[in-house]
Amino acid sequence: MSDFEKLKENFKDKLASAQNSKEVDIIRAEIFSKNGFINSEFKKIGTLPEEDKKKIATKINFAKQELTKLFNLKAINLEGVEIDERVKKEKEDVTLPEKDFRIGKIHPVSQVIDEISSIFSEIGFSVEEGPDVESEYYNFTALNTPENHPAKDMHDTFYIEENMKTLLRTHTSPVQVRTMLKGKPPFKIIAPGRTYRSDSDQTHTPMFHQLEGLHIDENINMGHLKGCLNYFVKEFFEVEKIKMRFRPSHFPFTEPSAEVDIGYRIEKNKIIIGEGDKWLEILGCGMVHPNVLKNSKINSNKYQGFAFGIGIDRLAMLKYGINDLRSFFECDYRWLNYYGFDPLDVPTNYRGLSK
Amino acid sequence: MKFTTEWLKDHLKTNKTEAQIIDKLNSTGLEVEKVEPVKNELSDFIIAKIIKAEKHPNADRLKLCHVNVGKKELVKVVCGGPNAKDNLLTIYAPPGSVIPKNNMKLEVSKIRGETSYGMLCSESELNISNESEGIIELNQNYKNKIGKSYFKNNLNNVVELSITPNRPDCLGIRGIARDLSASGFGKLINEKSTKIKKTSKQSLKVKIEKSKNQSCKIFGSCLIKNIKNQESPKWLKKRIISLGLRPISAVVDVTNYVMFDLNRPLHAYDVDKINKEIIVRNSQKGESFKALDNKEYKLDNDMCVISDREGVLGLGGIIGGTRSGTELNTKNILLESAYFDPEITRKTAKKLDLNSDAKFRFERGIDPNSISLGLEKASKMIVKICGGEVSKSDIQSIKKIEIKKILFDPNLASKIIGMQIKTQEIIKILEDLGFKIKKKGKALSVEIPSWRPDIYGQIDLVEEIIRIKGFDKIESIEPEKKRLKPTLNFFQRHFHLAQRSVASKGYLETITWSFTDEKINNNFRENVEEVKIVNPISSDLNVLRSSLYPNLIYYLKKNIDRGFEKQSLFEIGPSFTGRKSGQQITIICGIRKEHLIDVFSIKTDVVQTLFELGINKNETVVDTNTPGYYHPGRSGSIKTKKNQKLLAYFGEIHPKIIDKTYGFEIFLENLVEYKSQNKKTKPTITFSDYQKSDRDFAFVVKKDFKAQELIEIISNVDNSLIKNVKIFDVYEGDNIPSDKKSIALKVTIQSDFKTLNEKDLNEISKKIISSVEEKASAKLRS
Repeated sequence: MSDFEKLKENFKDKLASAQNSKEVDIIRAEIFSKNGFINSEFKKIGTLPEEDKKKIATKINFAKQELTKLFNLKAINLEGVEIDERVKKEKEDVTLPEKDFRIGKIHPVSQVIDEISSIFSEIGFSVEEGPDVESEYYNFTALNTPENHPAKDMHDTFYIEENMKTLLRTHTSPVQVRTMLKGKPPFKIIAPGRTYRSDSDQTHTPMFHQLEGLHIDENINMGHLKGCLNYFVKEFFEVEKIKMRFRPSHFPFTEPSAEVDIGYRIEKNKIIIGEGDKWLEILGCGMVHPNVLKNSKINSNKYQGFAFGIGIDRLAMLKYGINDLRSFFECDYRWLNYYGFDPLDVPTNYRGLSK
Repeated sequence: MKFTTEWLKDHLKTNKTEAQIIDKLNSTGLEVEKVEPVKNELSDFIIAKIIKAEKHPNADRLKLCHVNVGKKELVKVVCGGPNAKDNLLTIYAPPGSVIPKNNMKLEVSKIRGETSYGMLCSESELNISNESEGIIELNQNYKNKIGKSYFKNNLNNVVELSITPNRPDCLGIRGIARDLSASGFGKLINEKSTKIKKTSKQSLKVKIEKSKNQSCKIFGSCLIKNIKNQESPKWLKKRIISLGLRPISAVVDVTNYVMFDLNRPLHAYDVDKINKEIIVRNSQKGESFKALDNKEYKLDNDMCVISDREGVLGLGGIIGGTRSGTELNTKNILLESAYFDPEITRKTAKKLDLNSDAKFRFERGIDPNSISLGLEKASKMIVKICGGEVSKSDIQSIKKIEIKKILFDPNLASKIIGMQIKTQEIIKILEDLGFKIKKKGKALSVEIPSWRPDIYGQIDLVEEIIRIKGFDKIESIEPEKKRLKPTLNFFQRHFHLAQRSVASKGYLETITWSFTDEKINNNFRENVEEVKIVNPISSDLNVLRSSLYPNLIYYLKKNIDRGFEKQSLFEIGPSFTGRKSGQQITIICGIRKEHLIDVFSIKTDVVQTLFELGINKNETVVDTNTPGYYHPGRSGSIKTKKNQKLLAYFGEIHPKIIDKTYGFEIFLENLVEYKSQNKKTKPTITFSDYQKSDRDFAFVVKKDFKAQELIEIISNVDNSLIKNVKIFDVYEGDNIPSDKKSIALKVTIQSDFKTLNEKDLNEISKKIISSVEEKASAKLRS
């Protein structure tokens, strides 16, 4: 082996045994620097006979390439080792808490309105709205509530005008009349919203939420009413079967009128909906009174149909186990966080109502 | 309305059980509200357990007992029984109960400085035995019955119905029986018609004045002379108690009895206290009288009064007066059975804020044909108990009783109900309810019974038919999944999106009252009309809100008091701009309280929300005109460039209102209106792959110069080349004149067609500098 080869092999061994990039750098200088191994070999070429020059130069170039390759390999190798070393030292206690993130919530009443809308959307109802400040006419008269009738006592009304002609709506039913007056049958609507009664105790708040339903067409009868509400209640409580009864009742704006009870039982202080031998009233309904149709400019000989009114807050309480109606409006930070819903949790038909 | 099945069976021959009857009542529309054991004078005495018996601090022989009476909290009772000790089961009498031995009514009292709530009883006090040494000691069998009545109640229950206002006929037990009978639950028993002998004439003159708005249409009366009024017999007392009333005397108890039995209110006068005659007339303002509730009432004009020559005796159909009231020594009575107009009765009672069982019935409508029946039944009962002679009845009337008839098409029932119901079945149901029917071709002529003032038209008959037949018979029809129009309209979709968009930024959604405190509201009302509520629920909720801030801030503060310093709340809902129906707008209002946030934190929230609602930043312009409830130097309004439509306010709430709190308001109607007028379709986008270059500039401008304008000027230098302008620093201080500030920004320049060379870039940079210097009277900072 020539001296050159020996030197080269020597460098290769040195490189192979280098432990870190610093040692590698020293070796690199020994080989590639101005006065390093490669350059000094090249310098020697000048003293050689012409015929050897080319041969030797080729050999040096070859060695240069070989060594460069080895250096690159070594560098990759060493980098890996060094990262391993560094990573070994980088240790965090990942059980320390994550950085704060802000979570917002949707109020249970809003969530339940979306759930109900989603259910009725599936069977073709669309959403209507009406004003919170109503006239006495739309709130009572047009809905067939006679002047000076005890039925009016059922609604303790907030008045805006001394003459009692303007008031805060006591129910969402005026939306029925408003909807019919501005359109042509058929009507198939729901109308959620705020309602107001001058009542404040354990189970009543001066403001609460109702949802009105109305379906008017040429041949809509009580069978449709029953079917519609059956469907709704089953979907809403997300149960296969539900015990339900229609109990005749009285509302001025529907005739025949009924209240709907659902069966429940109490188990370990929790209410189980849909079974059991107790009854809970959840909504009022009936066939729209011919007088209401007349006041809404609908020909009651040709068109008929049903309407219903649901207490939204009460449904939310039942479905989500909330005991106190007043807590809905007290804005307690803890309550809002606990009972509120993730804004991404949008009730839909295809995904399902609740997570 | 209360009844017992035992009483019901006076009118209904049935073999159904109470449970079956309750079910049936519910399904015919007479809602059962409660079923409770009949109360009697002994049901007050409760099984109780002494939890702790301590020595009375001020008396050696007395003990202070802490007693479990089946309620959440223990009751303190002072007891003299030497055997009172811890864990003893005994009998407790609450305040208000009457001790059988001495008929003493218990009251809360202080015994030697310690308040005693009721007492623990000995056997002799309860008339169980003569044992009076010490209190009753019950054995361990009673330990699971704490809080229950010691004495077995009558097996009978009292059933309480919630009668809807359209069914006055069921405010009498006979009406309930009629409904049950029509529903196939037995046979209605006819009233016995054994007439009593009446020899004398009714000799007291009765006159109904025929004035306008005369409430009294019929006034029937009879005299019963030489009675011996007394305590009612046991059976009658029991029934009166079961109604929740207090037995008074035979005469009063009988009138109450008949009212609940037949829904026929009556009134008994002591004839000897009446001056000459009865005049039914309208009152004059200023008249007054003392009613049987022991209150003095001042009357207005046109209230129906029963009077004699001296003055008012009572309010017709509402309440009698003390002057002519019957007492135990009353010898001669006049029984009144009348008809009063529902509306006038109601108005009068409402004005006087007066409630009575009679008023409750008259305002719903009493059977005008029940006048004689009532007199007959009551006088018979009174004579049986008290003796005496009954006169013939005198019936004054100023209006003939109308007989209502309806022509009914039986097909309507099937059409509304959705099932075939045979005419024969319809006739049977209606006849069982007391309607009289004649066939008229295919239609039916239906005569309405006088006790059903609620029946006006055909649809009322449909209701009668289906309620008796049973709603459970109706076959349910599956809903059709056909949609007439989209579920949500354009506005509603934005409402829904906005709500969830704000919540997703860390805000908790609240729902607060639509009304608020006038004083707080005034801080936010600006020029908007104040809308007062005539009859607010409380004085601090007396106006409709002109902004969502008042309530949000109120509850934010409450939460701070609860220890939550950092919070973000929002609400989406109505804000009222006037008192007319429809004068309301929808606002999304958020408030944020946190350390280390500033106006730009809230601006980020609002701008991002607008963006999510489809409003791009380049469509809007920010200015500093905001309402007075914002910090004037740290708030802004966001408007659309086109038409200057106000989309939102944001900023720090004025520190006078609340400290270091930020908020925003988005005006949803404006936003949706803008969007529906400026519907955009997304243009096809092209991405430039040519190199982009950034150039940094710093300009020295006047302190009040708006950054927004600077960006605008630069962007407009060349809209096709300048892709982005981003401010990264604003500096005031050393090296800058005190009335100036320096704005440093990065401009991104890129062509869609070629790679820009140094020369191109220099050219555009120069243009930027000259443009800014000229239009913003700025200087490039060197």
